[in-house]
Amino acid sequence: MSKVVVAMSGGVDSSVAAALLKQQGYDVTGMMLRLWSETGKEESNRCCTPDSMALARRVAAKLDIPFYVVDAKDIFRSIVVQSFLDGYARCVTPNPCVVCNQRIKWDFLLNHALAHGADYLATGHYARKQALQDGKWQLLRAYDHSKDQSYVLHVLTQEKLAKALFPVGEYSKPEIRKLAGTFGLPTATRSDSQDLCFLAGEDYRGFLQRNAPEIGVPGPIVNHEGKKLGEHQGLAFYTIGQRKGLGVASLTPLYVLSKDVATNTLTIGEKEELGLRDLIAREVNWISGEAPKESFRAEVKTRYTAREAWAEITPLENNRSGINTFSLRVLFDVQQRDITPGQAAVFYDRDVVLGGGMIDKSAYSQNMI
Amino acid sequence: MIDHIYLDYAATTPLDPRVLNAILPYFSEKFGNPSSIHRYGQQAEAAVESARQIVATELNCRPDEIVFTSCGSESDNLALRGTALAMREKIGANWILASRAEHHAVSKTAMQLEEHYGFQVEWLETDQFGTISAETVENAICKETAIVSVMYANNEIGTINPVSEIAAVCRRHNIPFHTDAVQAAAYLPFDVQVLNVDMMSLGAHKFYGPKGVGVLYVRKGTPIFPFQTGGGQEAGLRAGTQNVPYIVGFAEALRLTKEERGQRIDNVRPLRDRLIGTILEEIPGSRLTGHPVDRLPNNCSFAFKGVDGNLLLTLLDAAGFACSSGSACKTGSPEPSEVMTAIGLSREWGLGSLRVTLGAGTTPAHIDAFLKIIPSIVQQARTLTRENQG
Repeated sequence: MSKVVVAMSGGVDSSVAAALLKQQGYDVTGMMLRLWSETGKEESNRCCTPDSMALARRVAAKLDIPFYVVDAKDIFRSIVVQSFLDGYARCVTPNPCVVCNQRIKWDFLLNHALAHGADYLATGHYARKQALQDGKWQLLRAYDHSKDQSYVLHVLTQEKLAKALFPVGEYSKPEIRKLAGTFGLPTATRSDSQDLCFLAGEDYRGFLQRNAPEIGVPGPIVNHEGKKLGEHQGLAFYTIGQRKGLGVASLTPLYVLSKDVATNTLTIGEKEELGLRDLIAREVNWISGEAPKESFRAEVKTRYTAREAWAEITPLENNRSGINTFSLRVLFDVQQRDITPGQAAVFYDRDVVLGGGMIDKSAYSQNMI
Repeated sequence: MIDHIYLDYAATTPLDPRVLNAILPYFSEKFGNPSSIHRYGQQAEAAVESARQIVATELNCRPDEIVFTSCGSESDNLALRGTALAMREKIGANWILASRAEHHAVSKTAMQLEEHYGFQVEWLETDQFGTISAETVENAICKETAIVSVMYANNEIGTINPVSEIAAVCRRHNIPFHTDAVQAAAYLPFDVQVLNVDMMSLGAHKFYGPKGVGVLYVRKGTPIFPFQTGGGQEAGLRAGTQNVPYIVGFAEALRLTKEERGQRIDNVRPLRDRLIGTILEEIPGSRLTGHPVDRLPNNCSFAFKGVDGNLLLTLLDAAGFACSSGSACKTGSPEPSEVMTAIGLSREWGLGSLRVTLGAGTTPAHIDAFLKIIPSIVQQARTLTRENQG
């Protein structure tokens, strides 16, 4: 009997994942990562509250599977939260879920599961995988495109994908809720989690102010002509495309266009000025393990919630050896709004996730990020 | 669970089938309330009073010195809270003396008394083995002392304290002395006249009785107030309808424990010694915690350098061995326990504690199987711990 460790969060998706695997005859063990706790906010941190832990425990008891909480606080703080803070310090908008999947779930926890004698690590991600003739694996979008989470999984390698299971990826969200009811799981009616787990439900700006107060250095807000329109509270508190909270009076809505670290300047403008046609992505991971040598066309997603857009992808000359240092240029067919350094650009061939990397900057705006 | 080997008898023990037989009738046909006037009540009261007599005989005390409670922790709470308040009212005493290595049932109660009731706590320092000496108590005790509480044997590291010597000090100063004997009772003599204690806490599930029932022995004349008030049961010290079946079970389990003590010790002690010896010999970066000689005959406790104890436990469980740790915490938020800190272990050692406790179901084959896998599991845990620290 194959042994599988399921990463449980106390939510409905990972609970059903565990139930499905159990039903399919796997030897299932539940594990929950203890990732974060900020003094005084233990109760509101969505994913590792005593409440979610108790729920996950009840699910495990209902399924009659062993359940362990795995302490990952140190590594989560030193890697995921630190890169989140560092990212904002560099004025990019980091995606800690990508880092967490790469370094915590599909590295630390995977090793933990393997040390436990597991053959597989399963999660409640909405994604699928598929075997190819040559023994390689493909990562696919979820059956339910509206819930697809393959974006954060673009960091997987062949070795890791071989050991990954995504039991809920074949179902739609309503089907998963229904299954949770059928299995009699106490998580059936639990609401979906939103936002970043360690933000404890609050805006990231408050988190930054508490954990990296040095980030908030005020500076000028200007338009594209360089005319000063106001004062910002620190570049980290603004995101490309942001409209609310700029504190600038105007007849038409104004948006954040770019952030210049060197001069600590925030440039804003009208909707029409927003958007770029290209971007540079670095540290690209190719799920096949093989980097393309020629330009090719693919659909590209630049945010977890963004729609895919067609683009031409061109590997850059200055590649160092090794796949993870790979960088490339993405030229979109039409201008894209909200291209944000720090987020991931993920490449798709229909349902197949080819890979992805971190958006570094846009080629047309060399001095801006 | 069939393939699992249980090595956590200090956490709890399975119910002895003989005890189960004794208590079953009191769930069904003999279901009366001991406080009722009618014959149903009389039958239940007879069962409770006969259980009280059995316990009194085994502890060598009077039946009216036995208070049935819901568990060992409740007994500790009653002793500390009840006597501290009574002693303050009686002689104005305001100090609580307790060992640094006490179970939370004692230490957290003492802390609450300090925080919310205006008492002051003096924590008695242990030596490197977790032992509290009579001399330490002698140096700390004074006219202002309301109660002294020092456990009989430590739940984590198994160290046995010189309870009768400490009791003699307290007797000389005329200060009430309480001992938490919850871990000790399964293997050590519990004659309260020999031990010379004023109060002693026991819990049935540590010696093959049911969970949910305990006893506080209270020597006649010891100042004590109830903290659960109501119907006046248990001589007014613990209100609430008695849990008749469990009380019957407590008495039967205690009786069997005393009767079979010798053979139970003979079963576990040689296995314990082999387990301790082999681990210290074969695992680098390991040390015994607790006293090498004055320790419970079923307790093996260790510290492993640079190992996350919780992680070690999950790996052991996955491999089929149920053990425990000094930092046992199911929420995955490990901190070294107070006991590990009290015996002077650094965080690097204190987080990596392992408690292996043997019992009636333990066989030499279990120990062989455990010793076969433990070196590689510690190694594995060490590697993973290093990874987590990033």
